[in-house]
Amino acid sequence: MNISLSITKNIHEWLFSIMPEGVASITEMVLIAVVYLAVFAVAGLYLVLLERKVAAWFQLRIGPNRVGWWGLLQTMADALKLVSKELTGTEKADKFLYNLAPYFVIVSALMALAVFPFTQEFQAFDINIGVLFLMAISSIGVIGILVGGWSSNNKFALIGAMRSGVQTISYELSVGLSLLTMVLITGSLQLSEIVEVQKNGWLIVQGHIPAVIAFMIYMIAGTAETNRAPFDLIEAESELGAGFHTEYSGMKFAYFFLAEFINMFIIAAIATTVFFGGWLEPSWLTSLGIAEAFPAIGVVWFVGKTLVIVFLMMWFRWTFPRLRIDQILTLEWKYLLPLNLLNLVLMALIVWLNLTIQL
Amino acid sequence: METTTINNNFKSEEYFINMGPQHPATHGVLRLLLTIDGEIIKKVEPDLGYIHRSIEKMCERDSYQQIVHLTDRMDYLSSHINNEAVCLAVENALEIEVPERVKVIRTIIGELTRIASHTLWWGVMGMDVGALTTYFLGFRDRELINDIFEETCGARLTMNYNIPGGLMYDIHPNFVKRVKDFIAHFKTKLPEYDRLLTGNVIFQKRMKGVGILTKEDAISFGASGPVGRGSGYSCDVRKHHAYSALDKVNFKEVLRTEGDSLARYEVRVQEMWESMSIIEQLIDNIPEGDYKVATNAVIKLPKGEFYQKVEAARGELGVYIVSTGTKNPYRLKFRSPGFSNLSLLNHIAVGGKIGDLVASMATLDIVVPDIDR
Amino acid sequence: MTNEALQNLISSWIPELEFTEEGSQFLNITVQPEQLHQLMSQLKSDNETNFDYLFCLSGIDWGKELGVVYHLESTTHRHIVVIKVKTEDRENPTLDTVSNLWSTADFHEREVFDFFGIKFNNHPNLKRLFLTEDWDGFPLRKDYVDEINMVIK
Repeated sequence: MNISLSITKNIHEWLFSIMPEGVASITEMVLIAVVYLAVFAVAGLYLVLLERKVAAWFQLRIGPNRVGWWGLLQTMADALKLVSKELTGTEKADKFLYNLAPYFVIVSALMALAVFPFTQEFQAFDINIGVLFLMAISSIGVIGILVGGWSSNNKFALIGAMRSGVQTISYELSVGLSLLTMVLITGSLQLSEIVEVQKNGWLIVQGHIPAVIAFMIYMIAGTAETNRAPFDLIEAESELGAGFHTEYSGMKFAYFFLAEFINMFIIAAIATTVFFGGWLEPSWLTSLGIAEAFPAIGVVWFVGKTLVIVFLMMWFRWTFPRLRIDQILTLEWKYLLPLNLLNLVLMALIVWLNLTIQL
Repeated sequence: METTTINNNFKSEEYFINMGPQHPATHGVLRLLLTIDGEIIKKVEPDLGYIHRSIEKMCERDSYQQIVHLTDRMDYLSSHINNEAVCLAVENALEIEVPERVKVIRTIIGELTRIASHTLWWGVMGMDVGALTTYFLGFRDRELINDIFEETCGARLTMNYNIPGGLMYDIHPNFVKRVKDFIAHFKTKLPEYDRLLTGNVIFQKRMKGVGILTKEDAISFGASGPVGRGSGYSCDVRKHHAYSALDKVNFKEVLRTEGDSLARYEVRVQEMWESMSIIEQLIDNIPEGDYKVATNAVIKLPKGEFYQKVEAARGELGVYIVSTGTKNPYRLKFRSPGFSNLSLLNHIAVGGKIGDLVASMATLDIVVPDIDR
Repeated sequence: MTNEALQNLISSWIPELEFTEEGSQFLNITVQPEQLHQLMSQLKSDNETNFDYLFCLSGIDWGKELGVVYHLESTTHRHIVVIKVKTEDRENPTLDTVSNLWSTADFHEREVFDFFGIKFNNHPNLKRLFLTEDWDGFPLRKDYVDEINMVIK
């Protein structure tokens, strides 16, 4: 594992000095996992608050502003409420699967967070197949949705789960292909390598035309992956109640809900890392020398860029009407997939002929 | 527990879903029994009566002034026009001629009510197809109209401003100015709404070619209002059987021929422009005069039968009074527009998907208390 | 067409009809239950009358008889006519349905059945519409008694 910034290096050496190696490694892993869980559980809550505020501004109202200054404690209060709720369940539901379903969703969401490079050498898990790992993990989340809908023993939940399963499986193709288009420039699947390559300019600039097309396809497919509007008919309130999580309440519902927001963050983080330079500052600022003095400022850049893309996804949700399921599938299979394949060939040509823009 | 018998030819792949009575998309307490095969709808059967208050039976024991107060609980979004229907029926039966001032004010407030109802419909329509922001935009404008009504009539929803013989009070001195300000404001907003929803390609794909109703079917099912006009059936009561000051104004009857949901949507949006044009023609020249004509305290209609048609926001509202000369009607029947419009839901939704059903139902613009009375 | 011309044309089809214009704005025709469907289909299909829009179907309890009143309009000629039919049988009143001519009559006749008890022959789905299936009695009849729900002044 790469851990940087002398604090963590010190902890690493200290642990290894007082315990035998095996135990120290395990303790280190547990420590990092706990830190990630804590940070991202809270971050998920604040993303929910951000969504509510953004929604309110689009709808010409203010949003939560009573609980805590500017509404900052609102989701804490909501989380406390959800934790203290009774866990209802239908009698005829398949008990084991019904309880297992939320865990698939939340575990796959949190696992994907482990590979992101937040700044120079500050990454929990830097494997050399980073991009493939991300795509594989996001596929596991679908199982949770299907299992949850099936085991609820409820017609509406089943319809919602089936629709969602079909939608997610279809759009994973587009996500994967658009990311692969960018990998053609970098030549490596490892996420820290991808960011290193972008020291010559962000990949969306390096790849110009095919990269812009790949980004647009990625945004559409990514929004569909997370089941957000305009592709949110599985939880279309005006059609079917609450879709696949109709029968869940309390903490289990909180898992589904939180997983949706963390997934949104992940899609945005992947976009930042692959298209927009990750934790690198814009190239016209390197001469100021801030990044060399304070490597930790990379975290600020990374989170800032991710939040801009998250805002873009929220903007989509509150503006567009939703598509019907057959329109969603038509969009993927008849339009996005051929376009993606053509784009891949185009990018391959550009890289082979050395037509990328290097800053 | 009530048992509902379903279609005898129930194949085993089909299944049976209940939409409502509490449901965000059914605009009131309406229960739809859907028989579905996968995603395709095979049969839609509405189950009514959840808000049946036996208004017609109550009318048989109430006096005519009291009946006016019952009418705006039926279609509460065009409450003024409902009141106007009963008042006109009574006035025509007694052969009372109301002053010009009353006619003009009734028309202006009726058209404002129509705009308020269509704005709310637009907001809810967007919400049903998924653009959740339109709900707030629609209500924002409706609140402005409600403020105008509150100042003049005293109420925001159930207006009760009409009485047989005229109006309850004269209009507030601020009325003319506030209406003009509202029209100026709304004229800048409607094009914005068009860009947001009407021009959006996702919206067009959801509505084009969905829920097609031919002109012959529209006439046979008794469709009226924007539902009929979206199919090319010219049914505007304001043109064919004009009442109050409507024969003195110039306006176009908006017709479209495609008969799909997008056509009905466009008819309503265009009707808002036409209503604004009617108000503009009348607002500057409200004639001076009395705001009511004195009638007896106890109104007795002569023996006979009387029918009055008006154009409510939803379609043609009819009031049919059978009187035997006493102070209560012998029989009073309301021909409600939503009742006939709902009966064609099965016809247009079969063969489509659930998403299409929601979109079509939103363009039919039904208000369930109007149907159940 | 004017009321007089309508009266002449329609009386030439079925002689036993009663025509009146007193006490109403429109031409009223009273027809016997046996000839109801024949008159209705002819009114709809004949080119000079062409009554294709049934805009109101009401049930009425006339005290001794039960009846139905149909308001018909033509979308091409724009004339209106009112058809009335009465039946003296209060135990088991039956009339012919017109829902095969105008589809709007489907729901309207269910409403009349619900409130007055009049059954319609050949109706596709004659069930109660507003009240629950096990409701006893027909509320809009004049002799309906219900101590709990009715408030009489």
